[in-house]
Amino acid sequence: MRTVIFRTIAPYLAALMVLFSIFVLLRGHNEPGGGFIGGLIAASAFAIYGIACGVAAVRRAITFHPMSISAAGLFLAGLSGLPSLFTGQPFMTSQWWYVHMLGVEVPLSTPLFFDIGVYLVVVGSISSIALALEERESD
Amino acid sequence: MEAAFAILIGMFFTVAVYLLMSRQLVRVLLGIAILGNAVNLLIFTSGRLLREVPPVIPEALQVPEGTIANPLPQALILTAIVISFSFFAFLLVLSFRAYQELGTDNTVEMRVAEPTGETAPPQGY
Amino acid sequence: MAASDYSVDLSQAMRMDAVPPGDWLMIAPLVITILGGALCLMARKNTDSQPKIAIIFLTLLVLACAGLLARVLDKGVLTMVAGNWLPPFGIAFTVDAMGATLALTSSIVALAAAVFGINDIDSSGRRYGFYPFLLLLMTGVCGAFLTGDIFNLYVWFEVLLISSFGLLVLGNERAQLDGAVKYALLNIIATTLFLIATGLLYGILGTLNMADIARKTASSGVDGPLMTVAVLYFLAFAMKAAAFPVNFWLPASYHTPRIVVAAVFAGLLTKVGVYALLRIFGLLMPEARLVLSDLIAVVAIATMLTGVIGALAQTDLRRLLGYLVISGIGSMLAGLAMGTGPAMAGAIFYAVHSILVMTALYMTAGVMRGLGGSYSLRELGGLYRASPLLAAAFLMLAFAVSGLPPFSGFWPKVLLVDAALRDGHGWIAGAILLTGLLTTIAVGRVWIYAFWRGGAEGTADGQLTASLAVPREVGGAAVWMPIALLLGLVVIIGLQPEFMMQVAQRGASTLVEPLGYLRSVFGDIVQ
Repeated sequence: MRTVIFRTIAPYLAALMVLFSIFVLLRGHNEPGGGFIGGLIAASAFAIYGIACGVAAVRRAITFHPMSISAAGLFLAGLSGLPSLFTGQPFMTSQWWYVHMLGVEVPLSTPLFFDIGVYLVVVGSISSIALALEERESD
Repeated sequence: MEAAFAILIGMFFTVAVYLLMSRQLVRVLLGIAILGNAVNLLIFTSGRLLREVPPVIPEALQVPEGTIANPLPQALILTAIVISFSFFAFLLVLSFRAYQELGTDNTVEMRVAEPTGETAPPQGY
Repeated sequence: MAASDYSVDLSQAMRMDAVPPGDWLMIAPLVITILGGALCLMARKNTDSQPKIAIIFLTLLVLACAGLLARVLDKGVLTMVAGNWLPPFGIAFTVDAMGATLALTSSIVALAAAVFGINDIDSSGRRYGFYPFLLLLMTGVCGAFLTGDIFNLYVWFEVLLISSFGLLVLGNERAQLDGAVKYALLNIIATTLFLIATGLLYGILGTLNMADIARKTASSGVDGPLMTVAVLYFLAFAMKAAAFPVNFWLPASYHTPRIVVAAVFAGLLTKVGVYALLRIFGLLMPEARLVLSDLIAVVAIATMLTGVIGALAQTDLRRLLGYLVISGIGSMLAGLAMGTGPAMAGAIFYAVHSILVMTALYMTAGVMRGLGGSYSLRELGGLYRASPLLAAAFLMLAFAVSGLPPFSGFWPKVLLVDAALRDGHGWIAGAILLTGLLTTIAVGRVWIYAFWRGGAEGTADGQLTASLAVPREVGGAAVWMPIALLLGLVVIIGLQPEFMMQVAQRGASTLVEPLGYLRSVFGDIVQ
């Protein structure tokens, strides 16, 4: 698998896939997409990078252990249900904030943070499985 | 249409139950996978089959126009698929590890936790 | 776009009134365990801080569940619908006295296990995630007790199942893998049966909200298709609860993991199955319970007797206790079979008692192993001299599990036997009393062999074996505190049963007379 062409193209391909996964994540509120499918795309990007350049390179590139990424996502998703406590609404009721940034109205909402949490959970858990399997192959 | 689907689901269950009764762990796993798919089809059919438009609200409207397909079974199936996928992955790894450690994938021969010929507890006081 | 911009009348789809902050206690158990589990997972390399995080969050969980129970006793059944969608469309959390009591008992047991785990789980076990799995297991257990939506119940079952897989294989020994294969396969088949039944139920009634199902079955009656669903539910949850013909996964797996994991499993997992049976046949389909009551009674008696006879035949202490778990399930099912208010109250009370006493017994077994070096009744002996305190603790728990006064096991059996005699089910009462007698023999024999006799098999009576002259390390406060906590509750409930009696009767009255439950979900429109 470690041909010159693949090894040269893999970092660019992986970067492009991660970028695309974030695009899919953000458009997910009203259109097809979302955290789960975005997370799968990002995890497959890490898997491709791992096949081409070795698991150690991926682990260096993502800095944190995949399970920690997963845990952070779970934490964020859990927290995103809480803001409605302060508005007298039940758990997980969506809250919206409209932030004006550089002349553009950016809608921020708790479903967005929930989706980012899901994204991180999926990225973390799937890539930790994929990396563990790739590691075993190399022994 | 529902009747045809019911027969198909019945066939899925038949195959799944047959495989689940096998002694070979790999076959049991295949049975679990087919069982999961049978359930998904079952939920899909319970939500009634309609040739209607997908439940997406057009851009300018607040509520969908006309009849739409039932979105709830699809949400339920999505949940069930994710769960059965993760269970299947876990079972696959577990069976592989068990095969490595125990040296068999025959469920009848897996007697490490419950050894045959255990002695009875001490009698009398 | 703010909500007010919509031209649609939202009051037709949403609850518009504000939710009092106290109602958030319904969600608090889930939020606390998820956040705590995530924090423990992030601290995976820092194995010293994990127990601290877990104990802090589980203490919060106990407080939240206690607050929830107080609120339910004060205000009646509580409902919160996620996202404010009007039931039956939103996912509802509906908490009655039964759910809140069981959640509180489970969280106390989980706290005890987290403390016990400080000693029992080494740093490699912590890196493999004992504490995160324990917290996420509690997410599943509490979610199952508190939810008011049957598909949501399925999801919580899966959450607790996948966490239990992680706990079960912690350590990766040969026997564990063998036990885990059987546990995993049979439990997955059981949850799949649950899902099949739920799919069919949705096809028949077109709803998944428990209160809505109860309302619809009450008005339409139970016909052929609904009976099929009821029987499927009975099979699925009987498998989960390890009832008689489908109990074989429990003795095959519960003795394989670390003892603290076995303690948590013995306390919690089967009771979640019993809870689901009580909820479905008590609240959702009372008519189906009437039709099936003879079958349930036969299954209950067979479960009691096979459990206790199995316990009599075991040499391994952990397997003996596993069979006692099964035997206890039979008593709870007997309450369900009779179905009257006092009988259901007995079943709920018995579940609380069984959660506390089985966990404490497994933990005590762990200490006995630490002192005597084995779980085998043949190799244990002379422990009374090694630790009289432990001997006393085990004897009290043995009395409690057999249903002898003055401990917690006595009162639920009184309720059940009394209900059986009142309804003319003398044979159920007889079976419960016979099971109590046989249980006394089984655990009494453990006490006599492990504690009272001088040494292991082969040593002359009255002499100490060399290995016991120097007792092994049994750990300090981390081992004794959880056992003392659970034992204290067993004794207090035994001496002062009024509070538990009242709570169990409140829980049972919601099942027998579900109007309060329905009104909590749908408001006063329900007649």
